[in-house]
Amino acid sequence: MTEAVLRTERLTKHFGGLAAVSDVSLGFFIDQIHAVIGPNGAGKTTLTNLVSGELASTSGHIYLDGEDITGLSADRISQRGVGRSYQKTNIFLPFTAFENCRLAAQSRLPSSMRFIRPALRYDNVSREALRALVEVGLEHRAQAPAATLSHGEQRQLEIAMTLATRPRILLLDEPLAGMGGEESARMVELLQKLKQAHAMLLVEHDMDAVFALADRLTVMVNGNVLESGTPEQIRASAAVQEAYLGTEDAHA
Amino acid sequence: MRKIRVATVVLLGCLIALALLPLVAEKYYIQLFTKMMLMAIFAMSLDLLVGYTGLVSLGHAAFFGLAGYALAFAAPQYQAANLWLSLPLAMAGSAALALVIGALVLRTSGIYFIMVTLAFAQMVFFLFHDTKIAGGADGIYVYAKPVAAIAGWEPFSLENHTHFYFVVLLLLALVYALLRVLLASPFGRVIVGIRVNEQRMRSLGYRTFRYKLACFVLSGALAGMAGYFAAAQFGFVSPDTLGWHQSGGVLMMVILGGMGTLNGAILGAFTMMLLELGFQGLPAVGEVDIGKHWQLLMGGFIVCAVLLLPHGLLGLGRLVSPRPETGSD
Amino acid sequence: MDANTFLIQVLNGIQYGLLLFLVASGLTLILGIMGIINLAHGSFYMVGAYLAFSLSQHFGSLWLAIAGGAVLAVAIGLLLEWLLISRLYHRDHLYQVLLTYGLILVFEELRSVVFGDDVHGVAVPALLQASIPLTDTLSYPVYRLWMSAVCVALAIGMYLLIQKTRLGMIIRAGSTNREMVQSLGINIDLLYRLVFALGVALAAFAGMIAAPVASVFPGMGNQVLIVCFVVVVIGGIGSVKGAMLAAILIGLVDTFCKVLTLEIGGVAVLPEISGMMIYVLMAVVLLARPEGLFGKRG
Ligand SMILES: Nc1ncnc2c1ncn2[C@@H]1O[C@H](COP(=O)(O)OP(=O)(O)OP(=O)(O)O)[C@@H](O)[C@H]1O
Ligand SMILES: [Mg+2]
Repeated sequence: MTEAVLRTERLTKHFGGLAAVSDVSLGFFIDQIHAVIGPNGAGKTTLTNLVSGELASTSGHIYLDGEDITGLSADRISQRGVGRSYQKTNIFLPFTAFENCRLAAQSRLPSSMRFIRPALRYDNVSREALRALVEVGLEHRAQAPAATLSHGEQRQLEIAMTLATRPRILLLDEPLAGMGGEESARMVELLQKLKQAHAMLLVEHDMDAVFALADRLTVMVNGNVLESGTPEQIRASAAVQEAYLGTEDAHA
Repeated sequence: MRKIRVATVVLLGCLIALALLPLVAEKYYIQLFTKMMLMAIFAMSLDLLVGYTGLVSLGHAAFFGLAGYALAFAAPQYQAANLWLSLPLAMAGSAALALVIGALVLRTSGIYFIMVTLAFAQMVFFLFHDTKIAGGADGIYVYAKPVAAIAGWEPFSLENHTHFYFVVLLLLALVYALLRVLLASPFGRVIVGIRVNEQRMRSLGYRTFRYKLACFVLSGALAGMAGYFAAAQFGFVSPDTLGWHQSGGVLMMVILGGMGTLNGAILGAFTMMLLELGFQGLPAVGEVDIGKHWQLLMGGFIVCAVLLLPHGLLGLGRLVSPRPETGSD
Repeated sequence: MDANTFLIQVLNGIQYGLLLFLVASGLTLILGIMGIINLAHGSFYMVGAYLAFSLSQHFGSLWLAIAGGAVLAVAIGLLLEWLLISRLYHRDHLYQVLLTYGLILVFEELRSVVFGDDVHGVAVPALLQASIPLTDTLSYPVYRLWMSAVCVALAIGMYLLIQKTRLGMIIRAGSTNREMVQSLGINIDLLYRLVFALGVALAAFAGMIAAPVASVFPGMGNQVLIVCFVVVVIGGIGSVKGAMLAAILIGLVDTFCKVLTLEIGGVAVLPEISGMMIYVLMAVVLLARPEGLFGKRG
């Protein structure tokens, strides 16, 4: 197998006495969806925050293309091609859907210290923003203020913004949460398509989607990796059955 | 779209009215409006920070006052400074100060930012108040207004109050236009994004600190421009010019007018100054000389405005015709 | 500087620091617990001083003036919180800045209307007029020692209140989690009102006991306010412990910078720029720890 584009090594995060993430070592590859599942409070979001640089790890390392990026700030990590979406919708509510994506796409200009030409005249940026909206199926709402979008549409916008930064590695924290059936199906299709050129960390509670999409699965419980393997291995794992999948309400 | 045209018409109307004012007004009013326009520039510079970037600075007068002092230094005794030399110098001085203070205060946010900007401005205040570099607590006179000579040719004279008025009017229009262009540029979009959701801006890959610092420096330089001409007009600079009442006053103007809109900043500046004048002109009631104690009324007015006008004066208009912020203001 | 002068300056510095602590602790509590930035806090210090001035003339005794003034200060605090501050909890800091700035103007100008713009002295009570002789020429006034003692007593009282009592537990909880406090069935509105009144009372009290040594004069409130901001920034918002440490530090730095002389390359630096030194100190702290010595990170 080729080398992992993104790799964590014994990544650990303590909140006071609580070990939200402990000793997590995972690899992420292009053309592979790596799903991370686990019950509420397992540490999935915290893991995402560590990788994206929004939280500083207590110990452990993160490698991007073999280079140690532990401790880099969130903006630097983003600029290196790691894009993330948030479990709790994190968008610019007063701006239009288009402006949300445009701002995201604009971040890929070599610098935004540009003071004169109107932002809307940067055609590449606008094109990129529109492309992202089309990809998630939100182009018809481009001029609507984000605050007026429905919950599902805001979730779509969340993903569109991430895509507009053209990341190589996607960290998606429950992208399907809060989406309707149709939107959800569309998103699954999109993720399938994105897989080819991207490495993907997918945190998701929707097990049908997870097993439909994932090439590799990691189950986290209480901050620890309980099991990591192919979907078949996970399905067959007794430990996972016991701790997680066995209980029907884990699907909820 | 029709609404935008109405706003443009109103704006042009105001500009024409201001341009015609010297034809009808006496010297006193011309000078008064000059002062008001200077405060409007000062208020716009602060609005860039407070209203657009979301940085509530309570020490903005430091940059205003420093440029005034710079003019005083450039015009020792009765010798007039050259406008084209001393103005850029003064603005650069303010910008440099903003760079130093900004690099420190932007490490904080929220309540800390408010307190720290105030404290650093106070430090500059003490620098001029306690030392002899420029007259100490007594301040320093600017005896001669700067001359606008270019190789012997003088296009206008600031000693002439009408000329002075038009120069300031031109600057007001220029600064307004400059900020409009700036706000529509990629940079402008970034700073507004920072106000709305700085954390998300960072995760999108923006090094927000740099943009905030650039904004702080630019804002400081513009405040310096206003301060330079204010010192030239008034002919005097004292530590109070960069004191915290000055900072508080300009913040009042921005918020009162309705922050995050350049029109609001101008409206706020004009309103506050007219209000001040109105209060000062009030007659005595019994023993109490209301005009002398006008600050009492101003304080009461501010308290009431906060409680009753949550969106500033421009918000009054918006009550009639609500307009959502679309990020493409 | 000989040992005696040094001792006197240390005592002065600590006394000034303790006084600052009284004002700053209220400021930091109001900030930390209620999330309110109160620019008018310095005005309460001024109000206290002027109350001490006028009431002591009226009663002929500073003790009675302090007692009466304290009651009045609490009343003013309760009234202001109920009338104005309580309307600011859900609003941006900006409006808190604005409204309390308006209050400063009101207080300052009312002071001018009622008392004029002159500097007034307040007599040291007969009981504490003595001085302790240190050498033939140097002595230290008992009143200043008493001031420090009272401040220390109040600081200890606050420490016990916050660490040991139920009210203190709520205060500590409230500073981190408003919802939790509410869910415990505690009347948070009442809690806030009390905290605010306590802050006002502390600031006013500081003004009252400072009146005999600092005299009362226009602008005294704002002067102290900004120094207290520095104290809060250095100590960390919401931290009473930090406020104590920072206040003493600033008291000493300010006092010593005023009496030391320092020349760099023939240019007199101290005491010329002594007024700036506490801000330099703040800048250093900001560089090292932007959240203050005892502030919460993040
Ligand atoms: N900033 C924080 N401070 C303290 N504790 C935190 C913080 N963030 C998360 N935690 C704790 O860390 C643990 C892991 O939280 P995390 O949000 O990563 O779980 P999760 O797997 O994403 O759960 P969910 O499925 O509900 O999203 C939880 O116990 C949570 O309470
Ligand atoms: Mg989560």
